[in-house]
Amino acid sequence: MPDLVLRGKAIKLGDNISTDDIIPGRFVHLRSNLPELAKHVLEDAAPEFASRATALSAGCGGKAILVAGKNLGLGSSREHAPVVIKMSGVGAILAKSAARIFFRNAINQGMPVLLCDTDKIGDGDELEINVNDGKIADVTSGITLTCGKMPPIMSAILEEGGVVPYMQRHRGFVITG
Amino acid sequence: MGKTLAEKILSLKSHGEAKAGDVVISDVDLAFVQDATGPLTVRQFREIGFKALAKPQQTVIFLDHAAPSPSQQLSNDHILLRRFAGQTGCRIYDVGEGICHQLVAESFANPGDVIVGADSHTVTAGALGAFATGMGSSDVAVAFALGKTWFRVPESLLIEIDGTFPPGVYAKDLVLHLIGQIGADGANYRALEFGGDAVARMTMSQRLTVANMGVEAGAKVGLFPSDRITRDFLREHGRVGKYRPLSADAGANYEQVIAVNLNQLEPMVSLPHAVDNVRPVAQVKGVKIQQAFIGTCTNGRTEDLAVAAEILKGKKRHAGTRLLVAPASKQVLIQAMEKGYIQSLIGAGAIILPPGCAACLGLHQGVLGDGEVCLSTANRNFRGRMGNPEAMIYLASPATAAASAIRGEITDPREMM
Repeated sequence: MPDLVLRGKAIKLGDNISTDDIIPGRFVHLRSNLPELAKHVLEDAAPEFASRATALSAGCGGKAILVAGKNLGLGSSREHAPVVIKMSGVGAILAKSAARIFFRNAINQGMPVLLCDTDKIGDGDELEINVNDGKIADVTSGITLTCGKMPPIMSAILEEGGVVPYMQRHRGFVITG
Repeated sequence: MGKTLAEKILSLKSHGEAKAGDVVISDVDLAFVQDATGPLTVRQFREIGFKALAKPQQTVIFLDHAAPSPSQQLSNDHILLRRFAGQTGCRIYDVGEGICHQLVAESFANPGDVIVGADSHTVTAGALGAFATGMGSSDVAVAFALGKTWFRVPESLLIEIDGTFPPGVYAKDLVLHLIGQIGADGANYRALEFGGDAVARMTMSQRLTVANMGVEAGAKVGLFPSDRITRDFLREHGRVGKYRPLSADAGANYEQVIAVNLNQLEPMVSLPHAVDNVRPVAQVKGVKIQQAFIGTCTNGRTEDLAVAAEILKGKKRHAGTRLLVAPASKQVLIQAMEKGYIQSLIGAGAIILPPGCAACLGLHQGVLGDGEVCLSTANRNFRGRMGNPEAMIYLASPATAAASAIRGEITDPREMM
């Protein structure tokens, strides 16, 4: 189960970060070797991302929080995109908007994705995120952001840690609310 | 209140009343993966503890992205997928058969079907009136086992297409124009539904091109109503019995209606590094290209090769421009040989690649060098897409690609016709 309250520091990215940016197609041959694949996360689009994320997640008590602009994860359906983001030490993703396949893939991987006005968050800001309430406190700036709600079925999948543990438990999709 | 096409199909397949915004559990008529997403599907399927497929004959593996494989790792992924097919009894289309989306159109998709594929361009089958959408590997693993998935019923945008295509202007120009207008997230989470007088005159090949690129505006599906063209296509492919007429109800609720008049369209080009960075060809004429690539699930069909062959017949590619052609399927390749298109293309200096994704996604068969420019008929021009972040990709129709290959620079195809 993911931490439903988590603290960490923001690593900011821009708009329209595609899944090709997150993990380029030239590394398709590494998709069955996820630790090797993950070394190439955002290699062209944000070359410093991997080392910053690793350093943050190795630090005491915190996680890296990926903070993007609009239309995060557009393009290919490759679920390897949220997989390598998670493996790089990111604990949650914030964006103004996210492409639908990427959004669903991230939740299926147990990675919280919250949609809010990320312009208000600065690079390196310390954030406290309450996934259940959809509230983000920017400790650095002192502001609080409220995120849109996801459908209950997605919250349930996220709460159980992703679609694999969800399916192991339920053996099917359960619609509630 | 009338239903949109999306609401109609999801009502049918969820055995209830589905309206935009609802979350439903829907039957899945076809679930598929390709070789770049399939290995993760197999691993997730096994990790969950699933043993059997819900519908083996409606579960398909396509080996098209690395076709044939350029590396030992990808060859091993192919072995994994072939073994999974052997163990579970699902269908498999091995390397050389063609691109998953083309094969789904040729052999599987029917009006009213729900299709999920671990590939974003699964939306292509919307041309046949199927609610077809791309998903991740895990979601498709679940669909393999349950024969069901969940959907949030999308709101729909109606694209009303009127007029006729002027000479030199094609379905690719239409969809590039549309994406340029609404933007790369202009249809995010929504269904694109195509209507208007012109739809009845659009061939299945044109519809497939338009539906294919719906996802470049973020769309969940790109749906055409089914009609005489759909029925004829199904008859040609031996399954006319699967035809059913389907269209949105009068009075259906659309979030937005966008009108496109084909009479006013020109050849369009999408510039690096974003698909919605669209300009008329006149504004980019003269950009030197080192490679022209004709093929993919967007524009690798017989009609596309016919247009290219017509322009290239008896001419030669520019000495500084490589011309790559990849038919979308074996059936397309055979048809193009029978019609003499392949001979014309080879005569003009084209390299014919095996049916499959070829150079589109940057893992083999035409990876670009530093600073090189490719004019491609594919659907994506993201930085690094064709294997090199230092290269530039422009997207256009097969006619524009063929004309540009002759001159070695981006060219208005109407100057060559």
